[in-house]
Amino acid sequence: MNAVSTTSAERVRADLVRARSARSARESLIKGLLFLAALLSVATTTAIVVTLLQQTISFFGEVSPLAYFAGTKWTPLLSGDQQSFGVLPLLWGTFYLTGIGLLVAVPCGLLAAIYLAEFAKPKVRKTVKPILELLAGMPTIIFGYFALTFVTPVILRDVFGIPVSEFNGLAAGLVLGLLVTPTIASVAEDAMRSVPQSLREGAYGLGAGRLQVALRVVFPAALSGIVAALILGASRAIGETVIILIAGGQSPSMSLNPTGSFQSMASFIAATARGDIPQGTLKYETIFVVGFTLFCVTLLLNAVSTRVVSRYRQVYE
Amino acid sequence: MTGQRIADSALRGMRRGERTNRRALIFDILMYGAIALALVSLLALIIQTVVKGAPDLSLQFFLNFPSRINPANSGAQSAIVGTLYLMLLTAVFVIPVGIATALYLEEYADKTRWWNRMIEVNIQNLAAVPSVVYGILGLAFIVRGPLGLGPVLLAGGLTLGLLVLPVVIIVARESIRAVPPSIREGALALGATKWQMVSRQVLPGARAGMVTGIILSLSRAIGETAPLLVIGAASSPRFNPSGLGDAFTALPIQIFSWTQDPNPVFVNQAATASIVLLGILLAMNGVAIVMRNRYEQRW
Amino acid sequence: MSASTAGPNPDNQIPKAPAEVGVSGSVTDLTPYLPPVDSEYDLEMTDLKGPEEAPAPVEVIFDCSDVEVHYGEHRAIRDVSLSFGLREVTALIGPSGCGKSTFLRCLNRMNDLIPGAKVGGHVIYHGQDLYADEIDPVQVRKRIGMVFQKPNPFPKSIYDNVAFGPRVVGMEGDMDEIVERALVRGALWDEVKDRLTENAFGMSGGQQQRLCIARALATDPDVLLMDEPCSALDPISTGRIEDLMAELKERISIVIVTHNMQQAARVSDKTAFFTVEMAEDEKRRTGVVVEYDATDTIFTNPSDKRTEDYVTGKFG
Repeated sequence: MNAVSTTSAERVRADLVRARSARSARESLIKGLLFLAALLSVATTTAIVVTLLQQTISFFGEVSPLAYFAGTKWTPLLSGDQQSFGVLPLLWGTFYLTGIGLLVAVPCGLLAAIYLAEFAKPKVRKTVKPILELLAGMPTIIFGYFALTFVTPVILRDVFGIPVSEFNGLAAGLVLGLLVTPTIASVAEDAMRSVPQSLREGAYGLGAGRLQVALRVVFPAALSGIVAALILGASRAIGETVIILIAGGQSPSMSLNPTGSFQSMASFIAATARGDIPQGTLKYETIFVVGFTLFCVTLLLNAVSTRVVSRYRQVYE
Repeated sequence: MTGQRIADSALRGMRRGERTNRRALIFDILMYGAIALALVSLLALIIQTVVKGAPDLSLQFFLNFPSRINPANSGAQSAIVGTLYLMLLTAVFVIPVGIATALYLEEYADKTRWWNRMIEVNIQNLAAVPSVVYGILGLAFIVRGPLGLGPVLLAGGLTLGLLVLPVVIIVARESIRAVPPSIREGALALGATKWQMVSRQVLPGARAGMVTGIILSLSRAIGETAPLLVIGAASSPRFNPSGLGDAFTALPIQIFSWTQDPNPVFVNQAATASIVLLGILLAMNGVAIVMRNRYEQRW
Repeated sequence: MSASTAGPNPDNQIPKAPAEVGVSGSVTDLTPYLPPVDSEYDLEMTDLKGPEEAPAPVEVIFDCSDVEVHYGEHRAIRDVSLSFGLREVTALIGPSGCGKSTFLRCLNRMNDLIPGAKVGGHVIYHGQDLYADEIDPVQVRKRIGMVFQKPNPFPKSIYDNVAFGPRVVGMEGDMDEIVERALVRGALWDEVKDRLTENAFGMSGGQQQRLCIARALATDPDVLLMDEPCSALDPISTGRIEDLMAELKERISIVIVTHNMQQAARVSDKTAFFTVEMAEDEKRRTGVVVEYDATDTIFTNPSDKRTEDYVTGKFG
């Protein structure tokens, strides 16, 4: 090798290492900043858990867990002998009203999803889908108002002649169902649409009709996604606050009769935290212990949903 | 010819077979009945709101403050202004944080590391947490506790921001994922650094999807009632917030407090405020759809 | 070997003279835009000139020895030792999955971007090991351009596509001139000079690929790596790109991966034949180089049976 090539190699080398340190420092800084942003969501979870747990622990220092989890009377705002911290009425209210809602939402949502995925013309689907998503995002306060001013007095009392009280679980439950129907329909439709066309064609090739294809081929193939849609709907209903707060009343009950007043975990929190409850009191702590219970219920549902989706999902192609 | 005839008759046979199938008919009735029920109910909801609320819908409703003394002249100015401020604050908080998190997870995070997987799972779970729980967080952490801001506008904006953050992250990630890998390779092969590739190719390519998703997330945020109730938004204030540290209210809160009022005039005004809220949401959805149609990047 | 149906040109001449290039005039216009040849890179390495059959190029720009790439546990290629000549076109051919593209991506450190990829051995470029610690992969990619299998223009204007490279590497000078020069070199200027602000997605596939070539040329690289650049194009567009390569060869070195043996025969000076080796103990497939020689030797008188089978179409 002669002198020229040595110089050349040196120049190439200088060129290839140039400016690395300054720039890589900047690149690492950017990555660090983005990571910090990502950490904020972890911090949020931590803050939620810590806040809830702190007050919950302090709550259980004064009230026995047995009294809380097995008690059938929820009157934390009363005093003296009247005061009782049995969460069962709130749990009952939450699940009972959710059940009434799902009774409406599951058939309506799933049938609408089947229609959109398997029967509707593409043009219909293209118009209906965004409307569904719009409805799924409508403020729940408007649903609550509807339950209070229309479903209870007009539909339940006038049309069906049911002697419901002004605040009743039936109206709240039915409107909860109306609220989650678009969500269930939209998510279930996505699941059914992701079933590959070849599966349908195979079934049609064997002489199956449209209905058979929809119910016997597409529905089972999309089952994991459909279950996820149902869990999502249930989870929304369980966490829903204002519909029950407005239309369901504010007194907890363990009754099977839906014409009376009910309170759910979420609606209790919103009803109670609104007052100027002084910090550090047992009443203040009830918000957190009920919040923690609600948090655990939805977390559990979400875990079940993730489990179902990952375990039973059919992977195509 | 013969083949055609055979095909025709076979087709006719199939059609008749399907039509006479009673189960198919019953299913059709059920299906269309269920859809009709859902549609009619949702339609009734909107009509009911409009019928009750429209009579009070006037310019005055936008300009006046809520009034107990003079219910007929009551308005929702403080709620409307509060809602717009909240939207702005939420956006200011959630857009940078949400996009940064999405970029980190899609472009930078090594998925084999446990902490990155934890961040992902964590975001999925956060998206499922009920909004009232965010209210508790806001109350205990932002209004009182560590931040101690009091029930002010900034506290409301932060609470709503945390509430929609997971949703924003999820939609931003989807948009980023839609940018094909070949674009990233192309940029890097030209000597771009990672951040140049991300900021000049990936972000612009994902912009339309992100903007659409973020607008829809914000529209969800301003429709929320429960978290604002819990953190203690003011009820029917006769003033607008003049700064981040001022008491505030928002349309959902105003609607709520009017529905609770024994005076039927106010109950109707709750519907009027609902129309305004729906109008804002529709406008946001409209903007989102226009953005998507106009700027969506097809690859 | 007379049975060869591939029809390689024994003289290894470029099939068309530059004057026949579809874009008339561009060839003569070229000269003023060409960057001055950096005389420092004109290495005098006559001592490397080996015997007739040895593939050692006259002046070496890339000298790779024992290159191997692992993707996690899997070894994709091993023991690749090749050197490429300055201002030569080298073709890498071989059956699918033999690691040609993997090897190509070692030359500008694109494999760095694949999580879990590890490159071993030495890739010496102008006497400098590209995998040395102090080397900045970004600078490497700036000097060693790359064109991909599918045209991948950015969803931006033609102008912005070409200007992207110069902007990110901070090239100095008049951007309009830089863009024009690159487009002229990419034989695209005459077709697009009146619509530089239009979105590149509106171009035909062949134009898009030439835009990608022009884009890669804009930062004045001295090597262009091409990964099956014509596999998504029709024959006419392919012809244009092959003509373009012949022109570009005057100034830069080209390494091209191709599935198309006729293309390799038409455009390249040297050809390396890769194949897949199935290890007996592990069921993995690893790419290795079978033979590396002057292109006409590979196509008319290969020394390895596997090469002969491949170029005559018996296998692959």
